[in-house]
Amino acid sequence: MTVPHLLVHEKKDNVGVVVVENLKAGTKMLCVVTHDNSSFELEVHDDVPIGHKVALCDIGSGETAIKYGEDIGKFVADAKKGGHVHVHNLKTKRW
Amino acid sequence: MASKYANLTVRGYRRDNGRVGVRNHVVILPVDDISNAACEAVANNIKGTLALPHAYGRLQFGADLDLHFRTMIGTGANPNVAAVIVIGIEPGWTKRIVDGIAETGKPVAGFSIEQNGDLKTIMDASRKAKDFVHYASELQREECSISELWVSTKCGESDTTTGLGSCPTVGNMYDKLLPEGIYGCFGETSEITGAEHICKSRAVNDEVGERWYKMWKAYQDDVIFANQTDDLSESQPTKGNIEGGLTTIEEKALGNLEKIGRTSRYVDILEPAEAPQSGKGLYFMDTSSAAAECVTLMAASGYVVHTFPTGQGNVIGNPIVPVIKITANPRTVRTMGEHVDLDVSGILRREMTIDDAGDALIDMIVRTSNGRNTAAEALGHREFVMTKLYRSA
Repeated sequence: MTVPHLLVHEKKDNVGVVVVENLKAGTKMLCVVTHDNSSFELEVHDDVPIGHKVALCDIGSGETAIKYGEDIGKFVADAKKGGHVHVHNLKTKRW
Repeated sequence: MASKYANLTVRGYRRDNGRVGVRNHVVILPVDDISNAACEAVANNIKGTLALPHAYGRLQFGADLDLHFRTMIGTGANPNVAAVIVIGIEPGWTKRIVDGIAETGKPVAGFSIEQNGDLKTIMDASRKAKDFVHYASELQREECSISELWVSTKCGESDTTTGLGSCPTVGNMYDKLLPEGIYGCFGETSEITGAEHICKSRAVNDEVGERWYKMWKAYQDDVIFANQTDDLSESQPTKGNIEGGLTTIEEKALGNLEKIGRTSRYVDILEPAEAPQSGKGLYFMDTSSAAAECVTLMAASGYVVHTFPTGQGNVIGNPIVPVIKITANPRTVRTMGEHVDLDVSGILRREMTIDDAGDALIDMIVRTSNGRNTAAEALGHREFVMTKLYRSA
């Protein structure tokens, strides 16, 4: 099997994790959902470092980020499908 | 039918109280900060001993003092320790620690500095330490069932790869070895925040789950909300976590909790450094998420091997317990591979399954128990850090 660029924990997640180094904007990523080994393709729009997240769809400010099928915080800025998701647009709901 | 893990054995040191250790240290233990110098002098005189200097032990009181004694006695009592020299400034608290360790049946002797001075104390303690080294160095490893191991876990410098790879590897190991009768332990109270609903549901029954939730909530209210000055955005998650791609505590917690696998249930909740009292199985210990503090507490409660998933590469070790480092991050393997005992980055490339990784970790636990030095041991990482609950009187 070809090595994936992005892993997603669960089908319902709206973010995935870059698992390769030196990923460049414009790469058509092979994305694998680890829960059921299903795969899909997604073009990344930023240079995203290994371990960082990418939005799987357009997500508006105020919406909830889903990873592991669970709530991991709220978007505080819009995220574009294929765009970098991190502290600039996502924040905890707890502290 | 017996599982393929049922017949695994390790070559360990069987102690007088029946417990199995995987290391054979002669420890020189200071009761208090001002006895560190004498302990280090003894360890310098007598080769094959290990001093454990620390920062506390004076004017503590109440629950904080109880924790101090529990950590000191538990460290000396750990099955990885063959014999102990205890040195304190005065004889009272020294004797209390000596008596606690003596309950295990292992050789232990106490020395106090007042009315002797450092030099006479060092001489007397050195003579005894030399006897203990002769004793310990003649002890032989013997074949023991893997079911006799106590294996703890805590992750550090986590990133998103820990939730994908190294934490599920530990979880898979627990799902396989807990049914064989090992003792397990996880903790990091602050770091369950965001996954507390899942953690509560992983208790063996509702009563234990409710007690766990009360403990977690008390930490939120009494420590976090009572002391916070910001959104903890550089503490939990840490700067290193954020560099590695973790954005929120919820995300970090969900990855952290992967360490208890799919089927494992915790049977009870432990105070910091408290020894398990409810039989074999998995325990939750109420600890800080700071690596050295957490591993020191788990070692003091009797765990003999520690499994440590890391993403960005936490270099921590412990003086008496081997700390096995597991990472799934290929950049960490490439840039700081000398700290990694088990590379499971194949999980990210989909070349390795979680099941394969769990088996590889079990193999590394067996090899480590048999005597293989971990990366942290080879690199001299001996972080011994006491947890303090509040300032001294």
